[in-house]
Amino acid sequence: MTRKQKKLLCRILSAVVLLIAALLCDRYLGERLNAVQLLCLYLPAYFAAGFDVLKRALKNILGGQIFDENFLMALATIGALAIGFLPEGEPELAEAVLVMIFYQIGELFQSIAVGKSRRSIAALMDIRPDTARVLRDGAEFEVSPDTVAVGELISVRPGERIPLDGTVTEGCSDLNTVALTGEALPRTVKVGDAAISGATNLFGALVIRVEKLYRDSTVARILALVENAAAKKAKTEKFITRFARYYTPFVVISALLVALLPPLFSGTFAASFPMWLARALTFLVISCPCALVISVPLSFFGGIGGASRHGILIKGSMHLEQLAKARTVVFDKTGTLTKGTFTVTGICPVSGTAEDLLLLAAAAEQRSNHPIARALLAAANAPLPKVKEIRELAGRGVMAQVNGQEIAVGNGALMHDVGAAHAASQESGTLVHVAQNGTYLGYIAIADTLKPTARDAILALRDTGVANTVMLTGDRAAAAHAVARELGITSWHADLLPTDKVAKIEHLLAASHRGTVAFAGDGINDAPVLSRADVGIAMGALGSDAAIEAADVVLMDDDPQKIATAIKAARRTLRIVRQNIVLTLGVKVSVLLCSALGLLGTWQMPIAIFADVGVLVLAILNAMRTLKAARICN
Amino acid sequence: MKKVFQLIDLDCAHCAARMEEGIRKLAGVTDVSVNFLTQKLTLEADDEVFEKVLRQAVKICRKIEPDCTVVIQ
Repeated sequence: MTRKQKKLLCRILSAVVLLIAALLCDRYLGERLNAVQLLCLYLPAYFAAGFDVLKRALKNILGGQIFDENFLMALATIGALAIGFLPEGEPELAEAVLVMIFYQIGELFQSIAVGKSRRSIAALMDIRPDTARVLRDGAEFEVSPDTVAVGELISVRPGERIPLDGTVTEGCSDLNTVALTGEALPRTVKVGDAAISGATNLFGALVIRVEKLYRDSTVARILALVENAAAKKAKTEKFITRFARYYTPFVVISALLVALLPPLFSGTFAASFPMWLARALTFLVISCPCALVISVPLSFFGGIGGASRHGILIKGSMHLEQLAKARTVVFDKTGTLTKGTFTVTGICPVSGTAEDLLLLAAAAEQRSNHPIARALLAAANAPLPKVKEIRELAGRGVMAQVNGQEIAVGNGALMHDVGAAHAASQESGTLVHVAQNGTYLGYIAIADTLKPTARDAILALRDTGVANTVMLTGDRAAAAHAVARELGITSWHADLLPTDKVAKIEHLLAASHRGTVAFAGDGINDAPVLSRADVGIAMGALGSDAAIEAADVVLMDDDPQKIATAIKAARRTLRIVRQNIVLTLGVKVSVLLCSALGLLGTWQMPIAIFADVGVLVLAILNAMRTLKAARICN
Repeated sequence: MKKVFQLIDLDCAHCAARMEEGIRKLAGVTDVSVNFLTQKLTLEADDEVFEKVLRQAVKICRKIEPDCTVVIQ
């Protein structure tokens, strides 16, 4: 408890003691006291409980704030104290004090609950490094991470968090990246590997050469992202703020009407006014919309915080809302569903052995940096023959002299150029043809490998109710078809240029009447598509600025299963938001109706107070469940 | 210029929304957000009038929630 909360607690307790004393006096002496003396009996307890409310109310009226909860509470309780002075009025002195005490207990609970939830959200995002140990002139200095320049060396001891992005120059260790990616398995790093800020060094001492300023480092970017998420408000949130603006005046005006209209029409104004006034006062007690105004953003923030724990960064509650409504998920193929690294899947020589064909192709391609060349070299994995006169032909392949023979390695167009006839093939994947001195030798099939979780990712999406999964790719139709069939994707479009992908997304957006369209890509050359879709999901974005910029949701690791997890977490958050809205409004409206009809009897004031603060505490507790959203869906 | 200030004892979410609304109407303010959860006031205003806008913003906060203080280093 903070000092402010302790002070409030003391005041509540003393008010309770004073109230009990007043009740006892009332019981034994009450017969002999007049209305003013009775009032004086209860006033000490009333002031002990509510003097600050009265003070604030006065201050706010002078400042021109009328519909302020302090003012309304003051009005409601003063009205209750005054009611005994009216002819025919039942004194409600104890009730007035009780209402003030309950109100303060509610305030105390609210303050504790909000403080607690705020702290647990903050703890979730506690990846901020406080200091960096920088090595300058052979000595170690502990400095603030934002004063370290690019190129400096920092030391990270076991158990410490890496403060800045960089490369390991000394030592080896395992890094725990759970706070960044949600992946519990440690990542092994050695000299030359990238070290990501925010990760915890598990056992070995490391020296890291800093490659990014603190503000550009992963940890700073993640923190900024999550903290700014609250600014991008969801529709529900905006609705609540607007609603709150009209709710209080509406309730206060209804209170006025309840107090005046029925007595006016009853014909006996003086006799019925005190009863209706008492009912009207209960209206004032429930006129603060705070439960809604707190619990809705708190739920969204909790949902975003909980998801971030699993390496799912959602850039605003707006996107959470869109994500929850996703009915179509569109995937980019390469790098999203597949690893983006090519491997040799088949060798088909016309004559000779497969090994010889692979060796020839690898030899000709050995200077190339193309992913296909790297796949060939990795597959050959043997000493290569001597090569001369390598010529790279853009969009076709490579020509080279291997062992004195003219070797051509490339696509069908190159084979046509060198006059090597070849038969069409049904093989999926990319085909690399090989010809020697114009004679066709055979082909090598190369394909991207699927991510091991890709199939489960599509299945999980289907289970969540995403009926439509679409794959877009710049690859050939045969390759796209093979992947789509293997994964169970509903439809696919191949041979697309980046601009075609935007057109396809627009087409899908126009076609989806129910729900939203999400696009998942690896952020490389699909930034326009990411920003065009209702929800852009960037994958494996650790370190990629463009993707973090363009996307609405960022998956820190490249596991496509996280898409379904994110959708589930979003839906759960929205469910909790809806529960809170229904709970608070439902209770308030029913208490308003019941007290207008006089169904609550003498307890109407305390019940109204519960409807106000009790519901608020319940709503906050419910909102805190969003923090666990992602854990439960996994 | 854009600056972030810590708020202490901001206890009411509705008040945070009203502070934001009030500050937004000040002349020279380009963007403002009062974040109830992180207890932060982010104020973006024209450089020439920033100090003046900040003073007015602090006044608004105090008027809406008297217990709440804006930390200015």
